[in-house]
Amino acid sequence: MAGFGTLLRRELVLAWRQPGDAATVLAFFVLAAVLFPFGVGPAPNLLAQMAAGIVWVTALLAAMLSLERLFQADLEDGSLDLLALLPSPLWVAVAAKIAAHWLTTGLPLLVVAPAVALLFNLADAAYPVLLAALALGTPAISLIGAVGAGLTLGARRGGVLLALLVLPLLIPVLILGAAAVDAVLAGLSPRPHLLLLAGLLLAALVLCPWAATASVRQALD
Amino acid sequence: MLHRFANPARFLRIAAVVQPWCAAICALALAAGLYVAFFASPPDYQQGETVRIMYVHVPAAWMALFAYAAIALAAAVGLIWRHPLAFVAAGAAAPIGAAFTAICLATGSLWGKPMWGTWWVWDARLTSVLVLLFLYLGLIALRHAFDDSDRGERAAAVLALVGAVNLPIIKFSVDWWNTLHQPASVVKIGGPTIHPAMLTPLLLMAAGFMLFFVVVLLIRIRSELLARRLRALRLAQAHAAEPAAATRGPVLG
Amino acid sequence: MDALGQFLAMGGYGAYVWPAYAIALVVLAGILIASVRTLNTRRRAVAALEAALPRRRRQGGSADDA
Repeated sequence: MAGFGTLLRRELVLAWRQPGDAATVLAFFVLAAVLFPFGVGPAPNLLAQMAAGIVWVTALLAAMLSLERLFQADLEDGSLDLLALLPSPLWVAVAAKIAAHWLTTGLPLLVVAPAVALLFNLADAAYPVLLAALALGTPAISLIGAVGAGLTLGARRGGVLLALLVLPLLIPVLILGAAAVDAVLAGLSPRPHLLLLAGLLLAALVLCPWAATASVRQALD
Repeated sequence: MLHRFANPARFLRIAAVVQPWCAAICALALAAGLYVAFFASPPDYQQGETVRIMYVHVPAAWMALFAYAAIALAAAVGLIWRHPLAFVAAGAAAPIGAAFTAICLATGSLWGKPMWGTWWVWDARLTSVLVLLFLYLGLIALRHAFDDSDRGERAAAVLALVGAVNLPIIKFSVDWWNTLHQPASVVKIGGPTIHPAMLTPLLLMAAGFMLFFVVVLLIRIRSELLARRLRALRLAQAHAAEPAAATRGPVLG
Repeated sequence: MDALGQFLAMGGYGAYVWPAYAIALVVLAGILIASVRTLNTRRRAVAALEAALPRRRRQGGSADDA
């Protein structure tokens, strides 16, 4: 597993040198959320009710933007071929990329999400649950999204295609994540939703790196 | 190369025998099904004549699921045993499955209007079928998104398997979501209690749809095999023209 | 004529029952016709190319004898 640390550091250094990429995704996230009051009106009660759903939907859309580049840049400059030739198996490199994707987009999203929820008058009691749900859900987005990113590697209209493939698969994450916050607002326990979300994350953690590696290998053949 | 061609050749011989029979039985089953659906089955005591929509809606829903299962199975066979026909079959089945899914949604909406009072209800089953339609569209789009069609087939096969794993999770989460947001005003209509007189047209239509799926699948597989042959022939033609070009310029490879 | 009218009315639900069947018919006929047409186009193209390339034929002849 020494390879994983080295590869992860490489990804993070590359991301650090291009801070604009992560910042653009965050800006899109906030902007897309800010559009909703213009669309549905600024009534505080309505927005408070919609807050969790808006945060989740816009987080999904923002993730789509960043996923397109997950393997693309490395395929274009040939580093992906080199990663496949490393003594450590390819899935280690893929897992490192997924982890780096979460650290550079999921984690910042987690930091900004409360600020967005603030704009929507989310009830105070709901913040911890919103954060917990996002903490469980955003890694799942990175994992499942990585499969889509691998599959669309080298495809025409890859970005739009990626969203078409991945968004339906992410509906369970959206449902459970938003439902956890809704449960708190309704005075119920968010526990079952969070547990299911954790289960989903575990399943994705086991299956997705494997599927993503298979799809990346197809692109290299 | 010979190995790759051996199976398709045998397949084509079998298909040529099977297809006319399937087509004939399909036409008979659909004709009989439509007759019983309209003339020899009673209206439902609750839903009246609208229950006749069920005879297209429910078989279409069955076929939508069956086709996806068949695609996932073919994808698995193709990925595990590298059977050359499996990917062709999976690719050929996807548009047919999408067509049945679309029929299921459209007829469900037409059934919902008189029963629920609106064209669309975010009912758990309808919503799951809507997601299934997007899975189909994703499969079809991915299959055709690459210049190298082999790559498209393999990518679509992986996606079909990922979707097959995800489909029960989506179904579960949509059910979960639906029970959380159950609006009190919507009258929940479980499937009508199936009267034997309703079962006959339902099964006849289902058999007809299944055979229709088989017939169109065979046609599309043959068509795809021809497309491959066409590519091979064009390549051969280009090679045949090459010696003339060789005198004029450098030849690659 | 009255019996036919009554049949078409479908107890007042004709506006829902008939479009349902019409949509199913159009979609299924559409995919069938489109599939058959592509098959025929490709078959003709293959036949034309094979005629233009008078080479030793692969055993089993054309890829589609059906």
